[in-house]
Amino acid sequence: MIRRSLAILLISLSAILLSAAAAVTAVDSSRWEHVPAKDHARANPLAAQSEAATAGALVYRDHCQQCHKANARGDGHRRPSLRSERIRAASDGDIEWFLRQGDLARGMPSWSSLPQAQRWQVVAYLRSIQ
Amino acid sequence: MLSILFRKVFRPGCWLALCLPIMIPAIGRAQDKPYFVTYSHDLEEPGNLEIETKTALARPDGGNNYGATAMELEYGTRAWWTTELYLDGQATGGDSTIFTGWRLENRLRPLMRDHAVNPVFYVEYENTSGADKTILEFTGHDSQADLAVPNGEARKQHQHEAELKLILSSNLRDWNVSENFITEKDLSHAPWEFGYAAGVTRPLRSAASGRECTFCAEKFIAGAEAYGGLGDTFSLTTRDTSHYIAPLIGWQLPKGARLSFSPGFGLTGASLARVYRVGLAFEFEQVGNWFHAAHGGAQ
Repeated sequence: MIRRSLAILLISLSAILLSAAAAVTAVDSSRWEHVPAKDHARANPLAAQSEAATAGALVYRDHCQQCHKANARGDGHRRPSLRSERIRAASDGDIEWFLRQGDLARGMPSWSSLPQAQRWQVVAYLRSIQ
Repeated sequence: MLSILFRKVFRPGCWLALCLPIMIPAIGRAQDKPYFVTYSHDLEEPGNLEIETKTALARPDGGNNYGATAMELEYGTRAWWTTELYLDGQATGGDSTIFTGWRLENRLRPLMRDHAVNPVFYVEYENTSGADKTILEFTGHDSQADLAVPNGEARKQHQHEAELKLILSSNLRDWNVSENFITEKDLSHAPWEFGYAAGVTRPLRSAASGRECTFCAEKFIAGAEAYGGLGDTFSLTTRDTSHYIAPLIGWQLPKGARLSFSPGFGLTGASLARVYRVGLAFEFEQVGNWFHAAHGGAQ
């Protein structure tokens, strides 16, 4: 009975790990081309608010700075600079979508747990430092 | 009631466990939801270490007041994989203060993008004694009678258990809705036990205020969770099972601390009438880099 239970548990665990690994390798490397048109077209509803970038700076400090650094230039390796052509070329909607989705396979967490308004504030902050 | 419970139950060892994270300089900011039993699909950020104490205070019928603390060390191994170690202990009034065991758990997100419903696989191994009273989940026919057994007797029972959970979680606008389906198996001759947990939370304010503050609404998350047992393979019925409903409040404190509180109310005769839960968490950012730096590696 114990052996049978252990075998079931081991099989379950293996299946979980294999499916996770398969999902990781299946993820496409590109960024903005996967953004749905609807999200791509979205404008930052807080763009007109002058304090949005200030608030976004605090949200950035709390959640993003640990990887992308205080100057938002990243570490030059796996943590990319956010003062880049890639960010400048993206629409507000692209950036908000990417914050919400993350890129788990490459180490970028999903920030869907942040309230949407705070994600837009981060977008405003990133725009302000380009 | 609470003050009497604290005075009677807590001894220096318990206070040490509860306050240990305060003594360690925290540099990060925890931002998890204030669930005590339910899991959402939020994982620890890769490289970060969160230390959290989850304390349950209760008094079972026919037993003494007790306080049980689980110290949780949660590390973000990858953005899609979090691993945790729990160290459990408890103090029972008029009885003793004891270490009751440890748990090792892993949570894995199989889908790399955010969806309407996000699944997470949870795998845990528990090596605890029968005196463990942290009640981090309810399964099978767990009841308050299990918590009234004197420590000397209860600790003779050793539990080597495996637990699997399917976590389904959604972030809908600013709301989080999470459902957990739990199955647990003692690795000895014992049936599979089943349980559930479900919760909903929302920050009191969505947008950040743009100024440093401690008491502003965006620092608070409120919600509720419900959890309980669903019987086992020997007796697949909800008869004699425990069920609870528990409001939640979480407060993001300065210096990277998070305090959460939840009074739980038992809904059946097998449930504790009330259980108070207190959580205190600190997050340490990019712990992996500390070691890289020490060995001359890249930051």
